[in-house]
Formats: sequence, structure tokens, C-alpha cells
Amino acid sequence: MTTRFDRIVEDNAWCPGCGNFSILAHLKEALDEMGLDPLQSVVVSGIGQAAKTPQYMRVNMFNGLHGRALPVAQGLKVSNPSLTVIAEGGDGDMYGEGGNHFMSAIRRNADIINIVHNNMVYGLTKGQASPTSQRGFKTPVQTEGVHVEPFNPIATAISLDASLVIRTFSGNKEHCKAMLKIAIEHKGYVLIDIFQPCVTFNKTNTFKWFKDNVYVLPENYDPSDKVKAFEKALESHPFSIGVIYKSPPKMTLEEILRVESRMDETPLYSHQVNFHALNDEMNKYS
Amino acid sequence: MGGKNMRNSVSVLIGGSAGQGIASIETLLTKGFKRAGFYTFSTKEFMSRVRGGSNTTLIRVSKYPVNAPVFGVDIFVPLDTDSYYYAQERITKETFLIAKKGDFECDCTLYDHDVPALAKSIGSPIVSNTIAAALVFGLLGCDIGILKEIVSELYQDEMLEMNLKALDIGAQLAENNGNCRYCIEPNLSGASANDLFLSGTEGIGFGAIAGGCNFICSYPMSPSTGVLTFLAKQSQNFAICVEQAEDEIAAFQMGMGAWYGGGRAITTTSGGGFALMGEGMSLSGITETPMVVYLAQRPGPATGLPTRTEQGDLELAIYSGHGEFPRIVLAPGDPKECFDLARRAFELADLYQVPVIVLSDQYLADSYSHVERFDIDLKQPVHHIVKTDVDYKRYSLSNDGISPRGIPGFGEGFVLVDSDEHTEEGLITESMSVRNEQNGKRLKKRELIRNDAIVPEGDGEGDIVIVGWGSTKHIIKEALEKIKDTDIASIHFSWVFPLSETQLSVLRRAKQIISVENNATGQFAKMLNLHNIVIHTQILKSDGLPFFADELSEKIAAVLKEIR
Repeated sequence: MTTRFDRIVEDNAWCPGCGNFSILAHLKEALDEMGLDPLQSVVVSGIGQAAKTPQYMRVNMFNGLHGRALPVAQGLKVSNPSLTVIAEGGDGDMYGEGGNHFMSAIRRNADIINIVHNNMVYGLTKGQASPTSQRGFKTPVQTEGVHVEPFNPIATAISLDASLVIRTFSGNKEHCKAMLKIAIEHKGYVLIDIFQPCVTFNKTNTFKWFKDNVYVLPENYDPSDKVKAFEKALESHPFSIGVIYKSPPKMTLEEILRVESRMDETPLYSHQVNFHALNDEMNKYS
Repeated sequence: MGGKNMRNSVSVLIGGSAGQGIASIETLLTKGFKRAGFYTFSTKEFMSRVRGGSNTTLIRVSKYPVNAPVFGVDIFVPLDTDSYYYAQERITKETFLIAKKGDFECDCTLYDHDVPALAKSIGSPIVSNTIAAALVFGLLGCDIGILKEIVSELYQDEMLEMNLKALDIGAQLAENNGNCRYCIEPNLSGASANDLFLSGTEGIGFGAIAGGCNFICSYPMSPSTGVLTFLAKQSQNFAICVEQAEDEIAAFQMGMGAWYGGGRAITTTSGGGFALMGEGMSLSGITETPMVVYLAQRPGPATGLPTRTEQGDLELAIYSGHGEFPRIVLAPGDPKECFDLARRAFELADLYQVPVIVLSDQYLADSYSHVERFDIDLKQPVHHIVKTDVDYKRYSLSNDGISPRGIPGFGEGFVLVDSDEHTEEGLITESMSVRNEQNGKRLKKRELIRNDAIVPEGDGEGDIVIVGWGSTKHIIKEALEKIKDTDIASIHFSWVFPLSETQLSVLRRAKQIISVENNATGQFAKMLNLHNIVIHTQILKSDGLPFFADELSEKIAAVLKEIR
């Protein structure tokens, strides 16, 4: 299927069969079907195989540093609130190197979509443990198996009252696309953690493993119940997928900063210096 | 005013612990002396404590412009015992000490009075500082009415009543001492009363506003935090988005995001925080995203002396960040230069698409001095932003190295920004030829930047040249005024990186060069060495305090004696 977000790419750095291909396809289709304008959309990413996603899309891109997509995305959204801003990367990028930014971004609630490709392993650095690797997972570094508790992004996001918390699986096209659409539609910070197999470095959490270990939340599940959502977040094997938590409505970062500084909604580039006020203010310092 | 005590300037030292209200004496006296027609200067040094510790504020009052600290103290008001012993070395036989007899032993002129007890007698020990201020004001022969006027502007109701009473007590004490213990002549022109009175911090803040700053994102760190709070206070007047970041890494990155979207962002920090921004500097370098950093230095390494001053991070500013990319480092020498260079930093960052660092320090940030009124250039900031067309390429090759900068959502093209080496379009590449083209393009900007370098201020014609940079400007100036040696010339750099040949001509002609730096290893001298300029003698200081003009003049005089 072709979309308005397709870029002709001669050299793709992903392995054949990588879950990134599905996520890329689902994302482009979701954006296209929702009628978003590629020129008004920006994907901010960090470093890692997942973070290369915007390289393969027809969209504005800020492919920055490892772990730093979220602060760039938030600064950008404040700078120009009319843009659709996506911060995208892998589990190592967002939860490891960028862990502190992850927590703060949730608390700030800028209207951005935080897409995390979660394959429970480091790909680009060749197969070491990631923050979400399961206990006992053997790697060239963790030779006796991972001995630390896996990071639980869903529970963390709920505990910080994220505006919207979603988990999905790249191998379930319909679900993944539907969830991406909900994420794009939502106003406020969205975490969308996407389970994805790594065909090269993760022989434990394979496509089949994910398929066997996820289940779709029932239709009568109420994501506004925070305690229930937290219970869901703590469940594993199987893991629930769907909209796990939705907070009561709240103001976004870009709205709050504008209210606090009595600034209008226009992008910062259109602002002018009020020299008259500057003169007046400086006169007070005499 | 009596004749024999007339002098050109007086230095007043107020000492006390944090929380004793030294800051309010500083405000009262500096405002008062300024209104009385004098030039005044104040600087403070303090311990890294919320309460307690020994802190001092030095206030200089003069008939002539005065912009530097001195070591020698004419009048000393210790509000507690600790501060007395802390500042003991600065007391001479000439020093007039206002304290209770028996509290301190000193070979000085003691004016025996228990100011805290007097304050208590009118109901509150907290007005000790107001009594002390009135006493000092009177000793300098100034009209107490001026202080009453200021107090009426600052306080209301009971607080006002109490402070007015305190002023009367202080004025009476001065009168008992015959007033005019240390009379100085006011500046007859009266021009000084109309001057602005700004700290380095405020200069930076106003300069940033003039430069079109509309976003500040920082993690608090002394001594840079003043600019963050200043801009937060002004955020509604000038529509500035203010966000406190989770760490300095994020502070820099959020600023980059804002610039990428077309905003004008600044982040403020000190050395320890700036160390975390190294990767951000590098990102700004390769993505050619403008960024402005206010780096207020304090002594390191690591936590070092958190509330003190040093010029120890010049090399950090110049070399931070991996890889090779152009940058600009500016180092203002006084509050007016703080204004000019903070403003200029935004213009330069936007024009050359590079990170620009404004390098100050605790001394400059926390010192107040007169700034002669000036007309603010009313020219709106030039946003070097293009409306993109369909074929827009963010990193198009150009003769001068500058590719027109588009921003997302403005025009018909895509703006692709990449921390990887990238094609003209902005997509990742490992092509060696493209690498050479793009790296060459970025580094080419250095030529344009060098041509823009500010020529350092020079003074004097001699062939012994004293060279300094940044916050030492007026300290060196006053030290040399004391020496009055026609063989000496001085040159002061406010644009410290990259250096251009035009900036160095005076030094090339010099027979002897003496450098003055508030650090231990002579970082600027090392940079001059890279330009084949040999420094003959370095005068260095790195104990956490700024140079004092009187101290420095002695040091320079000693060096001169040696080399002649």
C-alpha cells in the first residue's frame, strides 16, 4: 500500500524480517489514513535501529542523539504547537539512555506521541541486554543471563499519570494501526510501547513468543480506572495490549507555558521583541 | 563637608551570615549613594549555605566611575563575629570598624556601638542592617532623607515604620561621630544619578530579551541561576517560555528543539552542568542548529567552590563536544558588555547556525555597577530562516558554508536534520566524498566567523602589553590607572574564540606581554601560544575570589620591576 508518507529508500539498514518494517508501514498508513499533512509532521528520534525510522519516511525529521529524542520533541512542540510531533526510538534509546527524559516527558505532558519499539534487546550494538530484557536472557555481555529486574514502562507511565498509555504488538497489524491512530488522535503525551521481534539478536522473544504472550484487552476494559490499569501493567506472560490507561484531561506543556508567559498560540518564529517594554523595564534599574 | 577627610572613593565592607539581610543593606546603600550623586559598585562573595556561614558585600562609593573590587576596606560593618574574623586580613589601621567594644580585638579605629542591641530596642533585630546602612550613609556625609525616600519605596506599614526609626537611630549615631568621617565629593555633573545600575546577571537577561530570546530551559546551578530567575520574572512582560529541565542534557536538547522549530532559545549553566552539555554542543555542530549557552563559571574541578569565582572553564567552552565544528565563545567584561554580547549571541547563532557560548563568572554575575544610559538599537532580530520550496535541501552546499535554514511547517519542503553525517538533503550517509563535502562546508563557516570577531579594546601606547579577557576588564583597568606607567598598554578580549589575526595585531607588536587570568593554568595564554604569541609573565589567581584592583596593581608593579 502506498501512502503520502512514503520515501523512496535505496539503502535500508534493517535486517530482513525486522519488526521495524511493520511498525514503519503501520505508522505511515495510520498517518495517511488520518489525513495528516507530511509537511506539518515531524518525527524526532535518537539513535538505534528503531530511531532510523524517520530516515525512511516522507516527513520532517530531527534524528538527534541517543536517548535525547524526547527533550528535542518537547522543545519543538513548545516552539511550534501546530506541528504533529512524534518522538520515536527503541527500548534502549527511550528507557535506558533517555530514562530520565522519559519520566519528565510524561510529567510535562506535551502533546507528543512517544513511539517505543520494544524488542527487549540492543540491536545496533549487537545483542546486549536492554532495559526491558527479561531476567535470565543470555547475551555476549550478560553471559550468565540478565540479573536485573526488567524495566516496566507501562507501570512507570501510569504511576506518573501519563495522559495516555498504550501497548501493542507489531505483528498484529490491525491492532497496531488502530492503536497508532488513537495515539495520533489524542491530545497530550502518549506512550505507545510496541512489542517487536528482533530477528538477529533476540532468539528468545521471537515473533511466536510475542504472539503467544500477548492478549488484546477486552472491550469492556475501562482504561480510566488507574488502579486497575496498574494491575494490568504488572501482569506478564501474557501481557495485555490495548489502551491500558487514560488520565483525566489535562493541559499540555505548550499550553501551560503560553498561559504562564501570556503568549499567544503562534509559533515562536513569528514573535517580535517589545523594545518599548524593554526600555521601560530597564529604566526601572536606575 | 569638611576638607581634610575629603577623598575620591571609599570602600565599605558589610559582613554577616546568610539570612542576616546583607543583601538589603547592599540595595539600600547602593541606591542611596547613586541618588546622592556618586558612582557606586558592589560585589559579594558568599559561602555555599542557605543560612549561616560568612558572607561579605563590598560597596565602593566614588566621585569617579568605579567598576572593580578592592581588597582594602575603609569602613567595616561586621554583623556577626565570624564575618569579622573571616575578613580580618582586609582591616588596616585606617579601617573604621563599627562594632561593639570587646567583641573584636583590632588595630583599627573602632566605633563602639552595638547595632543589634539598638535594633532590638526598637522592636526587631532584623533592622540592624538598616541602622548600619544609615550610619554608613551618614559617615560619608550623605543626606539621610535619601535613604528615607528609598525605604518608603521598599516597605509598607509596620515594616516601613520600623525601618524609618532604624534610619533615625543610624543617622544619630553618624552625627554623634561628627558625620563626614569619610566624606567624599559627589560627582558634580550629576550624570551618574541617571545611570542604570546593573549586575552582570541582569545585563545578560536584558541582552537575551533584546536578542529575541523566547524560550529558556535550564537546570539550576550557581552562579548561572540568576539569569534563569531573571527571565522567569520577565516572562510575562516579554512572552518567554520558561521550563526547568530534568538535567542539563535535556535543557540543551529542549533548546535545540525550540531552535529547530524557529524559536530563539538559551540555556544557562555553570561548568559542571556544561560538562553534561558536551554532546549537545556536538549535535548543534553537526546539525547546524543554532544554540545559545550562558556559562557562568565557578571554580572546579567537580563541585569545586560552588559559590565562588574563576575563569577556569575557557578551555571547556572551546573544546567541549566531540568532533570538529565551529563555535563562538564570548566573554563580557561588565554589565553593558553582558547586554551587548548576550544580544549578539542570538544574532551570531542564528546567522552562522552554530552554538554560541556567553562566558561569565560568579564575580561578574553578582557584581553591580553603573551603566551609562544608552539607546537600545530597536532593530528587530533577523531570523535567518527561509520559507522552504519543494526541492529544499537543509544542507545544500554553498560557497561560504552556510546553507539556508528552513524550519518544519514553513514552506513546501521537508526539513531533515541529522546527527549522522548526512547528505545535502539531510539523510544519513557513509559516503566519504559526502562526508568531506559536508564537514568542509561546516568548517568553512569559521572564516566568516573570524571576520566577524570583535577587536579587543585597547588602552595606552606602551610596548609592554597587559592582556586579559572577560570579567577582569575593569579590575585590570583600575590597577593600571594606579600604576600610571606610559610604557604599558593594555588589551582586553571580549570575543575569545575563535581568534582572528586582526584581534592579535597589538600583541604581535608587543615587546613584553603580561597576561592576567582568574585561573591557575593560564588558559587564554595557552590559546595565544597556539597563535605563536609568547606570554612573558602570567599573573594568575584561583583561590575562588576575583582579583582586587589594589592587589593586582601591586602584582603588576612587581612584575614590571622584575622585567626591567
